[in-house]
Amino acid sequence: MSLRFYTIAYLVFLYAPIMLLPIFAFNDATIIAFPLSGFTTDWFGELMTTKALHDAVGNSLFIALTTAALSTCLGMCAARAGAMPHFRFKAGIMGFVMLPLVLPEIIVAVSLLVVAVQILGLGLSNWTIIAAHTLICTPFSIAILNGAFQNLDPSLEEAALDLGESRWSAFWSVIFPLVMPGVISSFLIAFTISLDEFIIAFFLTGANPTMPVYIWSLLRFPASLPVVMALGTILVALSILLLTIAEILRRRGIAKAGGKDTGGFL
Amino acid sequence: MTAMAKGALTADQKRSMLLLAPPFAYALLLLAVPLLAIVLFSFWTQDFITLDTTFTLANYQEIAEKPIYFALLQRSLYVSGVVTLVTVLLAYPVAYFVSFHVHPSRKSIWLFLITIPFWTSYLIRVFLWKVILGYNGVINTGLTQAGIIDEPLTFILYNVNAVIITLAHAFAPFAILPIFVALEKIDRSLLEASQDLGESKLSTFFRVTLPLSVPGVVAAVLIVFIPTIGDYVTPELMGGAGGKLIANMIQTQFLALNNAPLGAALAIVAMLSVTAISLVFVLLNRKWLRGRA
Repeated sequence: MSLRFYTIAYLVFLYAPIMLLPIFAFNDATIIAFPLSGFTTDWFGELMTTKALHDAVGNSLFIALTTAALSTCLGMCAARAGAMPHFRFKAGIMGFVMLPLVLPEIIVAVSLLVVAVQILGLGLSNWTIIAAHTLICTPFSIAILNGAFQNLDPSLEEAALDLGESRWSAFWSVIFPLVMPGVISSFLIAFTISLDEFIIAFFLTGANPTMPVYIWSLLRFPASLPVVMALGTILVALSILLLTIAEILRRRGIAKAGGKDTGGFL
Repeated sequence: MTAMAKGALTADQKRSMLLLAPPFAYALLLLAVPLLAIVLFSFWTQDFITLDTTFTLANYQEIAEKPIYFALLQRSLYVSGVVTLVTVLLAYPVAYFVSFHVHPSRKSIWLFLITIPFWTSYLIRVFLWKVILGYNGVINTGLTQAGIIDEPLTFILYNVNAVIITLAHAFAPFAILPIFVALEKIDRSLLEASQDLGESKLSTFFRVTLPLSVPGVVAAVLIVFIPTIGDYVTPELMGGAGGKLIANMIQTQFLALNNAPLGAALAIVAMLSVTAISLVFVLLNRKWLRGRA
């Protein structure tokens, strides 16, 4: 019982910061502190009219969508290979592909910065961020897709092959529909990670900032903080929505493939 | 695995290799090559924008000689260590609760609830800790109004403590999930056996459950300890003048001071320190990890 109480207290600790977001987003004082003064929706209105923000959101959406597509494709290759017979070095190669999961992000950021700018002499653009985000999102995609691919019954593919389908068409007509929920789930998770990523984006951003980089620049100006709170409220609501969809699909995918749910995203 | 002639691969193995090739090539090109590049870079020097590619140990010499770098690295390792300890200790009971006291059909909803805050805007979450811990923050106004304190507490913002609290919050789910997975793998009949043989619930925990969950704890420690060294956002926003860490210095060398080679050398030194400590930690625990994946 006390363990249950502790866990609930822990959840309160986890949620405390994001609970404050809507409170200050609707508070009509310019300083972010208690006591609250009154209700307003002005900060949301200001979001609608800020051109720089719209540009940043546009950049971030482009980066997040491209990253999600690329890392889901790479994740599908790896997860499919993971569910197939072992060969030498397979575990090592898998471990290497999963490495960005534990690597400090600043290491990824500086190493790619050095290669892109100093060695290749390329400029920084949205594509440098996409390259880096795909690297860090792929392990998450693999983790999610593993759940979908590992539970597949191999006899389904064999049946399709026996009935005259080629490997390629068997994949698209039999396997892909079965792992589809996992694919969407992986897409949404990678999208969410990329949309929110700051540490790497700050190093690799070109002339056009991404949304987190734009938020970072706003954090220096106390007057813009209520707007940040309003923006944060929208972002949190959006991520919770996307994650809920991802979770429902992930579970449905595992159920569809006839597997047993073993837990969360990781 | 079936015994096969050396070098001969089945068709399925070949296809599996072919499928693994794209993600492997991607990681090779965008991770291994860049990592090699910064190692190389750390042996070069830069004077404003001209890069001198003669091999030199000057950067490492500078790091060894100037006390500021050592102090920052020491503080970073201390912060990462304390954050890891706090996170894992606080997370263990939560993982234990979800694994042992939650009905199987509701486990994933609990895990989902635990992971949600982790996915929501990192920058804004860090900033919100400033709102909670600040001079006019939630804690101070709350405690003042309740009559517990007269003066706002100042030891909780713009110092190392604030950095530790914020990072411990950010990495919480990272610690819970691996411990949960390890606890889930424990065969429940072992616990019954232990109690049938006369152990109390508490001694069953310390003699059966805890030792069997060590792999999860080790994974949790590594997955928290290693990435925290690379965070510069939290110390920048929460640390004040005395709470800056090695990652802030790396960032400054790259983006403000235009001394990428020195920044690269610092990144490598930080990375090597973390890796060395992690290896020692894993070795110390190898007794508990043996025989398990």
